[in-house]
Amino acid sequence: MPAFLLKRLLNAAGVMLAVAFLAFLIFRFVGDPVELMLNEQASQQQRDELRVRLGLDKGFVLQYATFVSNAVRGDFGISYRNQQDVFTLISERFPATFELVLVATFLSLAVGVPLGVYTAIRRDSFLAKTLQFVSVLGVSLPSFALGILFILIFSVTLQWLPAFGRGEVVQIGWWSTGLLTASGRKALILPSITLSLFQITLVMRLVRAEMLETMRTDFIRFARARGLPSRAVHFGHALRNCLMPVITVTGLQIGNLIAFALVTETVFQWPGMGMLFVQAVTFVDIPVMAAYLIVVSFIFVTLNTLVDLTYAWVDPRLREDALTGGANAR
Amino acid sequence: MKKAWLLAAVAAFALTGAAEAKTLKWGASREIASLDPYSYGETFTLAVLNHVYEGLVRYTGDLKIEPALAESWETVSPTVWRFKLRQGVKFHNGNPFTADDVIASLARVTHDTSPLKGNLPAYKSSKKIDDYTIELEVNGPYPLLLNDLTNIFIFDKEWMEANNSLLPTDSGKGVKGYATDNANGTGPFKVESRRADSKTVFVKNAGWWDKPKHNIDVIEFSPITSSSTRVAAMLSGEIDYTNVAPLQDLPRLSASPDVKVLQTNELRSVFFALNLGDKLIESDVKDKNPFKDIRVREALYRAIDIDAVQKRAMRGLSRNTGALVAPAIPGYEPSQDERLPFDLNGAKKLLADAGYPNGFSFQINCQSDSLVNEEEFCQAVAAMWSRAGLKPNLSMAPRSQQTPKRVKGEFDVISFGWANEPMIDAYSLLVQVLRSKSGTGGVFNWGNWGDPRIDALIDKAGVELDTPKRIEMMKEALKIAKKEQLFIPLHQQPMAWAMRSTVVSTVQASDNKPRLWLTVMK
Repeated sequence: MPAFLLKRLLNAAGVMLAVAFLAFLIFRFVGDPVELMLNEQASQQQRDELRVRLGLDKGFVLQYATFVSNAVRGDFGISYRNQQDVFTLISERFPATFELVLVATFLSLAVGVPLGVYTAIRRDSFLAKTLQFVSVLGVSLPSFALGILFILIFSVTLQWLPAFGRGEVVQIGWWSTGLLTASGRKALILPSITLSLFQITLVMRLVRAEMLETMRTDFIRFARARGLPSRAVHFGHALRNCLMPVITVTGLQIGNLIAFALVTETVFQWPGMGMLFVQAVTFVDIPVMAAYLIVVSFIFVTLNTLVDLTYAWVDPRLREDALTGGANAR
Repeated sequence: MKKAWLLAAVAAFALTGAAEAKTLKWGASREIASLDPYSYGETFTLAVLNHVYEGLVRYTGDLKIEPALAESWETVSPTVWRFKLRQGVKFHNGNPFTADDVIASLARVTHDTSPLKGNLPAYKSSKKIDDYTIELEVNGPYPLLLNDLTNIFIFDKEWMEANNSLLPTDSGKGVKGYATDNANGTGPFKVESRRADSKTVFVKNAGWWDKPKHNIDVIEFSPITSSSTRVAAMLSGEIDYTNVAPLQDLPRLSASPDVKVLQTNELRSVFFALNLGDKLIESDVKDKNPFKDIRVREALYRAIDIDAVQKRAMRGLSRNTGALVAPAIPGYEPSQDERLPFDLNGAKKLLADAGYPNGFSFQINCQSDSLVNEEEFCQAVAAMWSRAGLKPNLSMAPRSQQTPKRVKGEFDVISFGWANEPMIDAYSLLVQVLRSKSGTGGVFNWGNWGDPRIDALIDKAGVELDTPKRIEMMKEALKIAKKEQLFIPLHQQPMAWAMRSTVVSTVQASDNKPRLWLTVMK
């Protein structure tokens, strides 16, 4: 097990190094922040001075080495744009994104699982077929279009829900939360539905497929033969057997949600990490862009590694596979 | 009896006043960079922070310079200016405003590491004469000191000392400033709270030295970067005011009974600039640069049907121009505003005369995220040039990708916009764009389009303290540029604000800066 653990961790570190290199490489060529930072009035000398001050005059390798060694220590430098510590900037925005993702995940399970069960056990009913059809739309509709549609209906026409922002937030230590105020909860509704819609259809289709699979197995037939009520068969036996893959996919999708939240955040002016990234792109704020990519990849890699380790812990066969060829010293 | 009535009225007024604080919800198109006006030389950030901080002088609603924290000024010698400071002014924290504050602020903004150093280029030193008099020395005779000072905001020295903020924030050394997240100015509004990217709240400064023309108690500033969301927020009543109403949504906004639209033209003039170096970078003419021939430049000019551009690409909202600066800018001359008429056959003939009867190919470098409807007007003009027999190639990409190429001169034709801000004087365009590259001049002379006659006039105007004389020199320089057709002018780009009926009146100047201290609400 320790060898397997080490291997997985080394893998993860390798991926992170590659991401860091890509982040650095892409942004090295994305443009010149100096022209965007100074106004029309600045002279050539000031432009040169700023370039030196930002370290842009140094060689490529040197810049990358500095970048990685700083990033390992959690130091992503100072934002070109507002001269604040980048890590602080990102951690300030993290709660907003995290809450949005959390609520979206909750929604996707709370809505997706029952719908999946329903479409599986009533697969020939009209409603189930309609849901199947609508779910295709849900997968293919881009979330920005959906968000704007929601704003049009619920903010402009009905005026029920706010079109932008996070409402009032409460500060608990370094964590800010909108869940404790009425306006904060109201502001969460539209963006979280927008973000979760893709997820809902994904969960629904997954649960449906797994349920159909399980319903065909022998132990369900035995359960029926024992005269158990349908409810107990469906939820007690069948659904429980489907949940493992659902939980795995949901866990892995959290990384995706965090990454894709940036579209939803832009539409609803949600002050999260995605918003920060989009702004950074506009201003060629390289430290912020690079740090965002690395933080999001880190979340991805961590989730993946945890899932792998959990699997290995649950299923020893995976461990043995991972070690084929290596001497087992124990 | 009368007194009692008056008292009751006052009490009633106070009550209603307390009951409904007038709050203006401002939905901006972007966030400000920082609460420190010296941290980032960006016009919009400065415009927002101008509600909190003030300079020695300021622009009025019609862009004239008037006294602010300085009451009067005189030139002691061509290089020394003496300012009499306003007495009885207090900072938001209650500290009195004196000469020490001005001197510490000037030292901070002109420090070597200050990103705003370029906004006060002529500064040499300053000294205190007494508590309310300072003398400011400049490097040489410099006529635009007052223009520059409109954007140099004054900090409280004691506050800067107490918070270790005497020096500007420095990204290179990783110095994060207290002033980035905190503010203490003398202006009409104080910062009450700030949550970056979400909401910044300003409250009325009851102790402001000036007589308020506004009646706003609270300003809630929220950036809403997505324009469709901003329009939705305006239509649903979540914001009262936006300083960037998207042009394509103006009809929709005007159609709403609760929303009104204020539309005018910006100071920013838009034109095409040509590479006048030895060779073009992407052309089938390899041995020389056709743009060096004035007949070719004139052909490009005459081939543009500006009315069609205005109507189609700019949705009828831009102002066609023949001059390189807008009417509000000193140096503007109405006679220069006349355009060469649109004349397709004339253009073809000029090209043939110049030796290009079959035209030639070249690249147009335009940006997708810079000027108003830039993509649209670049496409329109490219099509018009094709009709004249030329073979333009349109390269369209974001500003962050195009700028490095433009700076290095790797272009044939570029779209170019110049607002002359924050100086609001044609000298800005002349010295930064038209001047041949040398020393501090010609930073934006990317296409090598200098002219020695123009350079000489710019250099003379740069030290001429007699304003009418100076303006004549600038007009003369612009006249040469027009005669040589160094640039192909298009228009002043449109700008639009939108506000709900809760806003009774405001002042919209062509510098596109919100001045909410001149705004009245219902």
